[in-house]
Amino acid sequence: MRTEIAGPGHSSRAQRTFTLTGRLLEALHIDGPLLLSVLAVCAVGLIVLYSAAGEDVHIFLGQAARVGLGLVVLACVAQIPPRVLRIGAPFLYGIGLLLLIAVAVVGDVAMGAQRWLDLGFIRFQPSEIMKIAVPLCCAWYLHERPLPPDFTTLVIVALIVLIPTLLIAEQPDLGTALLVMAGGGLVILLAGLQLRYILGLGALIAAAIPLVWQFLLHDYQRQRVLTFLNPQNDPLGAGYHTIQSQIAIGSGGIFGKGYMNGSQAQLEFLPERSTDFIFAVVGEEWGLVGCIVLMALYLLVIGRGLYIAAQAQDTFTRLTAGSLTLLFAVYAFVNSGMVAGLLPVVGVPLPLVSYGGTSLVTLMAGFGILMAIHSRRKLVST
Amino acid sequence: MARNSRLKDHYAEQRMFGRRVVAASFIIMVLLGLLFARLLYLQVVKHDYFSELSQGNRIRIEPIPPPRGLLLDRAGEPLALNRPAYQLELTREQTPDVDDTLARLAALGLLLPEDVARTRRAIMARRAFDAVPVRLQLSEEELARFAVHRPDFPGVEIRPRLTRLYPHAGVGVHALGYVAAISEQDQQRIDVSKYAGTTLIGKLGIERNYEELLHGETGYQQLLVNAQGRRVDRVGIKAPALQRKEPIAGDDLYLTIDHKLQQVAETALGTQRAAVVAIDPRNGDVLAFVSTPTFDPNGFARGLTVPEYRALADNIDKPLIDRALRGVYPPGSTLKPFVALAALQYGVTDAETTRLCRGVWRFPGSSRKFRDWKKQGHGTVDMHKAIAQSCDVYFYGVSDQIGIDRLHDFLVQFGLGTRTGIDVLGERTGLVPSQAWKKKAFKKKELQLWFPGETVIAGIGQGYMLTTPLQLAHATATIAMRGQRFQPRLVRAVRDARTGAVATLPPRPLPGVTVDDPKYWDTIISGMVGVVSPGGTAYRVQAGAPYRVAGKTGTAQVFSVGQNEKYNESQVSERLRDHALFIAFAPVDDPQIAVAVVVENGRHGGSTAGPIARAVFDAYLLPHEAAAAAGPPAPPAVPPAGGIDE
Repeated sequence: MRTEIAGPGHSSRAQRTFTLTGRLLEALHIDGPLLLSVLAVCAVGLIVLYSAAGEDVHIFLGQAARVGLGLVVLACVAQIPPRVLRIGAPFLYGIGLLLLIAVAVVGDVAMGAQRWLDLGFIRFQPSEIMKIAVPLCCAWYLHERPLPPDFTTLVIVALIVLIPTLLIAEQPDLGTALLVMAGGGLVILLAGLQLRYILGLGALIAAAIPLVWQFLLHDYQRQRVLTFLNPQNDPLGAGYHTIQSQIAIGSGGIFGKGYMNGSQAQLEFLPERSTDFIFAVVGEEWGLVGCIVLMALYLLVIGRGLYIAAQAQDTFTRLTAGSLTLLFAVYAFVNSGMVAGLLPVVGVPLPLVSYGGTSLVTLMAGFGILMAIHSRRKLVST
Repeated sequence: MARNSRLKDHYAEQRMFGRRVVAASFIIMVLLGLLFARLLYLQVVKHDYFSELSQGNRIRIEPIPPPRGLLLDRAGEPLALNRPAYQLELTREQTPDVDDTLARLAALGLLLPEDVARTRRAIMARRAFDAVPVRLQLSEEELARFAVHRPDFPGVEIRPRLTRLYPHAGVGVHALGYVAAISEQDQQRIDVSKYAGTTLIGKLGIERNYEELLHGETGYQQLLVNAQGRRVDRVGIKAPALQRKEPIAGDDLYLTIDHKLQQVAETALGTQRAAVVAIDPRNGDVLAFVSTPTFDPNGFARGLTVPEYRALADNIDKPLIDRALRGVYPPGSTLKPFVALAALQYGVTDAETTRLCRGVWRFPGSSRKFRDWKKQGHGTVDMHKAIAQSCDVYFYGVSDQIGIDRLHDFLVQFGLGTRTGIDVLGERTGLVPSQAWKKKAFKKKELQLWFPGETVIAGIGQGYMLTTPLQLAHATATIAMRGQRFQPRLVRAVRDARTGAVATLPPRPLPGVTVDDPKYWDTIISGMVGVVSPGGTAYRVQAGAPYRVAGKTGTAQVFSVGQNEKYNESQVSERLRDHALFIAFAPVDDPQIAVAVVVENGRHGGSTAGPIARAVFDAYLLPHEAAAAAGPPAPPAVPPAGGIDE
């Protein structure tokens, strides 16, 4: 329609460029809308980070480089046919599990937690692999089985989820453990877990909370929860993060204090402002409007992801695409909810925005999987 | 099992998956709605509240102490200035462990171990958010030493502050007083908020008395601070409208002190324990206010260490005592002109009536002897000679006739025995005895009775009679003015620091001394001229001076000599020797300066105290060059002005 309105010469040229790009993306198994919305979030993230990091060009360029690296990973993962992914899923999971055990035995202790594995040339967190490996493995296991899953299947899938979750929780890294558990849980939910199981599980969790509180949580984790319930208890200690982030967001108002003008962030009242608490910088400097824009961009990513999942043509790809997308949503909500004081403080970064490489690369790999699934759906269906 | 073996129904699965995705989308929207509601609550409903919190977070109010007013001598020569110096300040609120911090500062050598307890008390007495000085006037080396360890001392900061500098060190210290760190006691008497950021406060002298004028008004500024409370100046931030109220500097004070004169007097006294007060009789301006030995007030502004303070306080010469204001001495023979005037006023005698002096005086029918200082006596003496040669016998008789109560009533008119009301604190009253006084002063009935013998020794300025050098100078000025009195004062004008306007304070007249016949004044003044004339007890004071002096010597006994003993000064230890006194004014016909000199254990008023008065007169009355040339006991280069009694 539009091409008719525009001049013939101009339109044909633009059209040609457009179709050429489209064909190129298709050949590379890249999904244009998803890529665009992801890039939009990344761009916003970099802009906010520049301010949050106090105009530190090194941090900014470093993060930009990580986004670039993430895009390369995305493009590479997108080339993997879903069938290969499915066959490889249990192996990826197995490797991840071994690495987690290795971390428990020989891992580096950084900031009071044993999360890192030093391979000499690179240090990384095996728990990150599990964010993808657990959903993949669950989807792989459920792929051949009739759905909704029966009890035996559920028990096995639950084990697949809980073993790495507990290993990660022991490091201790409650945030990642929750995300890994959420990833697996989402697969089960999407696989059609019956309502009675859901309710039963809910009751079980409610019953388990006191036990977990007593025996599984570390002191600092308990402290975080208690502080979440009443931040004023310890305004200069555990409650400091929550109080300062709420002051930052609240003082931002509707339109914010302006880019690089957030006093909470710029004057260092806001802790971890370029990592876990970067959402507060958005709220302070860009206000409610900025938060809505960021949430809308997240919605675009999530919407496209769910669309891809709905279009997927076998159980494995459906479950994988659906769970990865919803995991992304959980990610975003847990972080913003924690910063806004809706949830206790857990170490979950704001996806694609927070400073730091590992989670970014994992997320990009996830989007790569989504694209791989989407670009090959016809091959599967016919 | 049947369920395990059932086949996958791809179509049903896809539909079920679709429903789950829709449910998930719904949940996501609900969660987003929740988040949105929370943001709405924080950013719209509670926006004002959080805005205020964030303002409070980043803005801290810091006091700006006002520059203290300067002290200038009467010609504008600065006597107390402000000088920038670095000091170490501790803010309790930002210090995790005050005791530990002080202990570590002491370990670094930035605080004397003896001072730790006192410093701690000072910190605890102030508000938690006040920066309390821990150490004043750091040296460069100390600055560097602290800078290295600064990260280990949260809450301790180096601040540039104005400190007090007394450029002439100890000169005039007892008049100027000094400033020192605000102590616990000081906090009781000041409005602490007005002293926020101020380190030093006037402790003594003019610095103390005029504290309110000198202090000025504290300003404040809002500072942008980071979470650590450290000041920040960020480039990226739109500078919020930070308020600043400039401090108002304290007023400068023009003192009545003539610095040159003060210096001359102090130099003339040397290492003696002595006091000199010089007053302009025409308005009460105190031209020189000397008490020696002096001490360096700069030490107090820097903060004396405990040993330094002990060294000063325990010094046997008591340099901290202001002898001019707080030293009480028997006036000795310097009282005689006043007694003579009383005798004239009460009609006890007249100028010409003579008495015979044989060196001893007795009450009729009594064997008790009252000795004259001159063993062989003065022979026939009239009032002029009695004053000029300081004949004790003459005054024994005269004062016996006057009686103690009348003598008391007459002398107090000159301000003796009461505070002159000079504008520094701590003045002693001295004592002019009376029967009523003795009744009150003694508990035992038998001691309350007044004896006639006490009257006659009061008449030569001994016994209970006590005066301060300031009182003597003031009384001398009153003679010079023939009864007209002005309250002695040390500050003559105030300069407003903002406008530069100088407000001159008017002299404050006091009730004068009136006598029935103004010639009485001439009689005693002529006697005082006789004192410094050949044949007088201090003839050297006048020798060679181009102006005419009227004076009176005095000797005050430190301990009393028994009835039949002889005072042998060579056998008496130095500190038990008589005090030497001298009062004088000049020029006789146009009095411009009146002086009282007291030299402790100086023995003879004429030879010890007299030359000091002469040096003061020369410095004040002669042009600069002549004053420098004419040393006190100089040979009469200029023939003395005529009309001097031989």
